[in-house]
Amino acid sequence: MKIIVAVKRVIDYNVQVRVKADGTGVETENVKMSMNPPDENAVEEALRIKESNKANEVIVLSIGDEKCQETIRTALAMGADRGIHIKVDKAIEPLGVAKIIKKIAEKESPELILMGKQAIDDDCNQTGQMLSALLGWSQGAFVSKIEFVDQSINVTREVDEGLETLNLKLPSVVTCDLRLNEPRYASLPNIMKAKKKQIDQINLEELNLDINPRIEQINVSEPPKRKKGIIVADVAELVQKLKNEAKVI
Amino acid sequence: MILVIAEHNNEKLKSFTLNTVEAASKINEEIHILIAGNNSENVCNEASSIKKVKKVLHAKSSIYENHLCENLTPLIVNLAKNYSHIISPATAFGKNLMPRVAALLDVSQISDIIEVESEDTFIRPIYAGNAIAKVKSNDIKKVITIRPTSFEPTSSSGGSAIIEDIGETEDLKLSNFVSKEESKSERPELGTARIVVSGGRGLQSSENFKLITDLADKLNAAVGASRAAVDAGYVGNDFQVGQTGKVVVPELYIAIGISGAIQHLAGMKESKVIVAINKDDEAPIFNVADYGLKADLFEAIPALKEELAKLNIIKK
Ligand SMILES: Cc1cc2nc3c(=O)[nH]c(=O)nc-3n(C[C@H](O)[C@H](O)[C@H](O)COP(=O)(O)OP(=O)(O)OC[C@H]3O[C@@H](n4cnc5c(N)ncnc54)[C@H](O)[C@@H]3O)c2cc1C
Ligand SMILES: Nc1ncnc2c1ncn2[C@@H]1O[C@H](COP(=O)(O)O)[C@@H](O)[C@H]1O
Repeated sequence: MKIIVAVKRVIDYNVQVRVKADGTGVETENVKMSMNPPDENAVEEALRIKESNKANEVIVLSIGDEKCQETIRTALAMGADRGIHIKVDKAIEPLGVAKIIKKIAEKESPELILMGKQAIDDDCNQTGQMLSALLGWSQGAFVSKIEFVDQSINVTREVDEGLETLNLKLPSVVTCDLRLNEPRYASLPNIMKAKKKQIDQINLEELNLDINPRIEQINVSEPPKRKKGIIVADVAELVQKLKNEAKVI
Repeated sequence: MILVIAEHNNEKLKSFTLNTVEAASKINEEIHILIAGNNSENVCNEASSIKKVKKVLHAKSSIYENHLCENLTPLIVNLAKNYSHIISPATAFGKNLMPRVAALLDVSQISDIIEVESEDTFIRPIYAGNAIAKVKSNDIKKVITIRPTSFEPTSSSGGSAIIEDIGETEDLKLSNFVSKEESKSERPELGTARIVVSGGRGLQSSENFKLITDLADKLNAAVGASRAAVDAGYVGNDFQVGQTGKVVVPELYIAIGISGAIQHLAGMKESKVIVAINKDDEAPIFNVADYGLKADLFEAIPALKEELAKLNIIKK
């Protein structure tokens, strides 16, 4: 079976993002970019499934500008077999991303699509669920464990009350939590090998899709800042402040 | 007209449904609520007594019992033609379900809003709350999830909405419920507690984490944790506060042995009063704390209990 993994290129999670003064967005010039963190877990899981002989090909897909190839290359260096880059130069919403991946899925016929549960830039938490609905497939969202049982999978999902296990018919779309696994580092030989792996580039126009944004971003602003607090000398002062000043205990 | 998708466990309405109704009422007063469940009559009665609810739609079937999103989606999509907005809380339930509904209606979802500006314009945090976006939806229908802690719960009484039974949709048989492991405790719920005591990697072990749970119990507080503490297995995933965990806005948030990574701050920096106990002067948590205590937590927690007991705030 084939697995497709969708990876997004985002501002690195260690970067303190800054809102642009003109309110049009956040600063992206000269800012470190990386693979969206849970997408690394999705790549790792796909590789483990392949290594346990339950899959024979791992395809990595990314949608965005030319630089997305670097992100795909990172996944290839981890061990994925080939890449697909859908070149889009403008901002694109989860619905548009889901429509594009659906097209690719129809062509490649994977049995499993793995993605991150949430992109840490837009914090939308939508794309995998949308894709699953558009394909009419089963859905495992926020997953921290995947097990194969006969022709189906059992997924353990992180939900508000604890953990929930579902049995999903294949094909399926699964979105991954950071706790699913520990992503590997690419070894030097694998980084070298990845340079020769194939990345197919597809222009958006070829797909014939309407992915125009439906949501207008009117402005982006700084969150309200908290008033600077104080450092207390000891526990006694802390309790006194909480009781008499803040009046919360 | 607005359709609110209720979250419930077939016996009781989940409390964040009330916050969702409140958010909906800021858009339009004509609010209907969908209860899709099995043996969920009690939930319908509860929903019917919410003052701001005009009608309760009840879809009862065993296929809705475990809230499987593949089966709930067609039900909601069928109802959507009557409504301008479809709203649910941005909880694991709503996040799982609503994007499916949006996709099949061919609209973009507006996730996790914290404010309603008008019927089509909303405020939502992005980049783990480091930026706030004002967005306008140009879709005919709006599919929205709301951040429950950003809206007050609406009154749960005073109403007597009619309950209308609606038909069920077919079982798509794409997924099956296997099991659920719920953390059971007598403590207040993390999302709604007045006080939250959270522990991080500084606790070092699940054994030591009992210092946190014990302090929380004495203060009648909920227990929270950083992702690192959950990853290390000190407590379950349902305790995690942050960008990829829960958002809490208690009156008092006490962070102990937590460094204050932006992903953690995303879940707690709106708390009314923040206390940080950390032995590292440079820990970023001190930047958001109203009261910072630079101390070793293994000394500070017992001393804190001692002091609180001395003033009769807690029992020893
Ligand atoms: C995509 C993504 C999403 C994430 N989502 C979340 C999230 O939702 N929630 C979250 O919390 N994190 C999240 N994280 C992880 C986050 O980046 C941090 O790694 C995590 O919050 C660190 O947890 P911590 O503060 O407990 O551990 P550490 O950063 O290791 O801090 C431990 C602190 O304890 C202090 N300490 C140690 N011993 C003592 C002692 N004896 N007395 C007093 N203080 C002591 C140390 O000084 C230190 O400040 C996410 C990360 C990524 C990449
Ligand atoms: N432009 C993109 N290219 C590839 N995958 C994407 C893209 N946008 C989103 N995804 C996938 O969808 C997941 C969830 O994104 P979101 O719904 O935006 O929070 C990400 O973790 C990725 O796996």
